[in-house]
Amino acid sequence: MIELEGLTKRYGGKLAVDGLTFTVRPGLVTGFLGPNGAGKSTTMRMVLGLDHPTAGDVRIDGRHYDELKDPLTCVGAVLDAGDVHGGRSAFNHLLCLAQSNGIPLTRVHEVLDTVGLTSVAHKKAKGFSLGMSQRLGIAAALLGDPRILMFDEPANGLDPEGIHWIRTLMKSLAAQGRTVFVSSHVMSEMALTADHLVVIGQGRLLADTSMADFIRQNSRSYVRIRSPQRERLLHVLHEAGITVVECGGGALEVDDGKAELIGELAARHRIVLHELSPRHASLEEAFMRLTAQAVEYHAHSDVPGGSWPRQASRAGWGTGWGAGRRKGA
Amino acid sequence: MSTPQPPMPQAAPAWQAAPGSAYPTYTSPIPVVRTHLGHAISSEWTKIRSVRSTMWTLGVFLLLVVGIGLLVALLVAAKSGDADLSGENPLSFGVFGLLLGSICLITLGVLTTASEYGTGMIRTTMVACPSRGRVLAAKAVVFFAVAFTVSLLSVGLVAFADAALLDGARQPSGMEWLKGTFGISLYLALLGLLSLAVGSVIRHSAGAITIMIGLVLAPLVIALFMFSESLDRVRTALFEYSIPNQLSVFYSNSLTRSGPSGWDPLWIMAGVTAVVFAGAWLLLERRDV
Repeated sequence: MIELEGLTKRYGGKLAVDGLTFTVRPGLVTGFLGPNGAGKSTTMRMVLGLDHPTAGDVRIDGRHYDELKDPLTCVGAVLDAGDVHGGRSAFNHLLCLAQSNGIPLTRVHEVLDTVGLTSVAHKKAKGFSLGMSQRLGIAAALLGDPRILMFDEPANGLDPEGIHWIRTLMKSLAAQGRTVFVSSHVMSEMALTADHLVVIGQGRLLADTSMADFIRQNSRSYVRIRSPQRERLLHVLHEAGITVVECGGGALEVDDGKAELIGELAARHRIVLHELSPRHASLEEAFMRLTAQAVEYHAHSDVPGGSWPRQASRAGWGTGWGAGRRKGA
Repeated sequence: MSTPQPPMPQAAPAWQAAPGSAYPTYTSPIPVVRTHLGHAISSEWTKIRSVRSTMWTLGVFLLLVVGIGLLVALLVAAKSGDADLSGENPLSFGVFGLLLGSICLITLGVLTTASEYGTGMIRTTMVACPSRGRVLAAKAVVFFAVAFTVSLLSVGLVAFADAALLDGARQPSGMEWLKGTFGISLYLALLGLLSLAVGSVIRHSAGAITIMIGLVLAPLVIALFMFSESLDRVRTALFEYSIPNQLSVFYSNSLTRSGPSGWDPLWIMAGVTAVVFAGAWLLLERRDV
């Protein structure tokens, strides 16, 4: 369990991380999402005691990172796969880490085997491809068989097979009851991996919600309708007990609507339709909207929060997020 | 899509209830070990022996110190009549190789700390051992042991060769033997340790090596061009306290009559290293990695 309380980091005049409070729980993959420069890596460095927080506190199972007597058997982290001395072999890299924490030598062979690097164990790390480096980083993280794992953008630069491997690995680690905290700036990747979601933008907490809730609120399917006989159509749909939301440009939207049903209804009443399209809002869109709000919120703090652009969407969007943000903040 | 999860209550963090009270957590079969300096030292030993730069710097050091030392001994033995050497300390001919060799130890000392910043390894190191002082101490212990051992072996070899080949010179006293082997090796290892501390402060290999080489050479070079009478005292001090002159003090044929003598250079170097090391320690604790 990782607990952050009002965690803040200031670099000169810039607030990189601004009062983050959230908890990363065991048994789940917690996705840590935010655009580039949102403060994800800085937050992770503070969790690991590499950077000193300007204010606030972060604890691992109730203790500060530098109070851990056996850090590698408690936390395994991959911050940057390149954090390796290129002149050292994979085996020696893992060996020196194992020795620093009194981890038995057999574990070095085990983790090399787990990540599939046994055949290149005595090759220098600088000759490794990005995927191999990423695997070496993961091997180092798994070395102490820790109960908490942290990955900073693990999918970066990996091929589809590698991404699939990491995704499966993270899920199986969480299924064993471990805490898995993984950062990413790709929403679709997180949607496939994470059980819980923490979204930050400009160093602030924007959302702290379960993935299921996020999908429920954001990946709605709806039918978009446009008609020159708008009033009649509204009347007919109302008669049929279908709730309609009016949105910009004279278009109507029906949540979870069946296009067939609406089409037949319109035909029966001889209403001309210009558009009848079933649609899905993507999670990526929801994520971008969420973080764009943070950017705008920062740039024009005098403008009310609700004034961000509403492209091809209805007013109901984002209101739930506003609530989520207030709850989290 | 991910499997639906039961709604997670957003509870305020409660540190007291932290160790996974309500949540199932993973327990590793690996025995928990309370880590100490010994673990860090064995880790640093693996690090220093597993990179090629160690082999290069120490290889070149051996080549320079032993190679030049033996060469000078052979040349002097061949060219000089017995009269020339009488009253000379034969061990003193080892100093030429050491002047160049010291640069290798400086490089290795700097690389021990600074290279981790260049490669990003330092983050991995500090995550594995969050006690930063322990990391620095372990690096210092391992480097000092390696540098001292290698220095003592090579300097000792040259000293024996000098004593054997230059039979025209006088027999060095026991104290001269001690200073010319043990003492000078300690001095060189301390110079390397100073470089290690500077590397930790500067966090950049090339920058720290340049600073250290400047420290070794600059006083002599500056003093060479200080012609003005009024600066005479500064000039003398620069000469006397320059590192090459301090090295020669161990063979008691200092370039100047005044200035450091006996074991003074060792105390000077130990003092300077202690101060810089304390500064490096303080900065390491304060700064972000």
